[in-house]
Amino acid sequence: MSTTTLAGREIHVDAEGFLTEYDEWDEALAAQLADQIGVELTPEHWDVIRFLRADFAETGQTATTRRVQAVGGFPVKQQFVLFPKKPGKKMSYIAGLPKPAGCV
Amino acid sequence: MRRLLILGAGTAGTIAANKLRRMLDADDWQITIVDQRGTHFYQPAFLFIPFGRYRPDKARRKASRLIPSGVTRVEGEIDRVDPDARRVALADGTVLPYDYLIIATGTSPHPEETPGMEDDWHGAVHSFYTFDDAVALRGALADFTGGRLVVHISEMPIKCPVAPLEFTLLADAHFRERGIRDQVDITFVTPLSGAFTKPVASEAFGGMLDDRGIAVEPDFMVESIDAQAHRLVSYDEREVPYDLLVTVPVNKGAAFVGRSGLGGELDFVPVDPHTLRHGAHPEIFAVGDAAAVPTSKAGAVAHFELDVFPENFVRIVAGEEPVESFDGHATCFIESGAGKAMLIDFNYDTEPLPGMFPVPALGPLPLLKESRFNHWGKLAFEPIYWSMLLPGRPLPLPAHMSMRGKRVPS
Repeated sequence: MSTTTLAGREIHVDAEGFLTEYDEWDEALAAQLADQIGVELTPEHWDVIRFLRADFAETGQTATTRRVQAVGGFPVKQQFVLFPKKPGKKMSYIAGLPKPAGCV
Repeated sequence: MRRLLILGAGTAGTIAANKLRRMLDADDWQITIVDQRGTHFYQPAFLFIPFGRYRPDKARRKASRLIPSGVTRVEGEIDRVDPDARRVALADGTVLPYDYLIIATGTSPHPEETPGMEDDWHGAVHSFYTFDDAVALRGALADFTGGRLVVHISEMPIKCPVAPLEFTLLADAHFRERGIRDQVDITFVTPLSGAFTKPVASEAFGGMLDDRGIAVEPDFMVESIDAQAHRLVSYDEREVPYDLLVTVPVNKGAAFVGRSGLGGELDFVPVDPHTLRHGAHPEIFAVGDAAAVPTSKAGAVAHFELDVFPENFVRIVAGEEPVESFDGHATCFIESGAGKAMLIDFNYDTEPLPGMFPVPALGPLPLLKESRFNHWGKLAFEPIYWSMLLPGRPLPLPAHMSMRGKRVPS
């Protein structure tokens, strides 16, 4: 685990740059994280990110693309449009959450 | 009398029944196990059957012979659990009340989850995760004389996540032996970003695929299969053509888990990763593949879980707090063809690393490296599975992963 400076403050990240502290995230930071991976945030992106944040607060785990569809109501196809190539990783990166598990 | 009910008589359920019957007083405890199949399969054989290297009938035994006396075996399909009333209903109307419940109903492949996957099932589309699928694939591979072989994982998590990789390496060796390797294109298609889930091993495995001229199509999330055109189609509209597709369908837990309100989207049971206890229903536990815990779904994991869980269970029913903690320990042999295999050893916190196992420097089993010793280890495991692992007899392997003998690459 290490720290990096983003949006003018120090944040804790893992080896791949995912935030490790839920509470260090805010929407201003999300915009910067999105910018880093070349995603321009639209209201639809924000809906997905807010779902991920709320779902993590409830379950303690990052929602998988399947859960984002089944519980959040955002079809997987749409997730690929909004967060091209790697929606699972990109959504959680911008939302300041760990990579979704299931990859074990 | 207190009642313990175990659902599922596969690897995890059978070990639990054997160990707990010895540990719980027969005068105080009635133990019942629900067996939904009647047959116990040696599942590692499913990888070898397609290559004609394992006689299928050797892989199955009557489940009833593996359940100890003193445990009541009920054969039937599970309809649902009523966790508030603490009882389980079977499809035939039987009702089984319990004081404690262990869910060990595993994971199963669901080809119907992917549009088009069933359209050409056992035609040009195959799998090897059930007995029937492994036997059908044996015929298809024998008939295959050249073209595009695609090995494909639909979605994580899956049972035995190294098996698709092993299948790919064994297919490469198989075509070499038949002298037709130059007429076969092999592609490994995965929703992951590399050959495996964990970085150091992924790099090692990726190198092995590369050395053998096997292409990798990473980050591929299948949306559908066009069975007529013989193509896999991803959500981001990539297409992979095949002549023979060997797929790992979406894996789900038992449907009754979802019907009973005990599971997540894929019907696996969320439990504490260290005690395997359900949060909302403290008298319910899940072991083996049925549990939604962040480690591999594999027989070795079921074994290590059940090195730790029974002692905890005995404490819990005595009104004490659980003290033992499961660490996610997994140990897997990975067949790589030509009489060699690799070995990986890892847990929740430590990814598979190079080194020697189980004794530092001496091994004799090298980690993350191809060796004949590992292949012999894999073969030697089969009689141990039937005679020691399922009856719950102690094996000379520590329940918790050890860093001894492992090297952390810089």
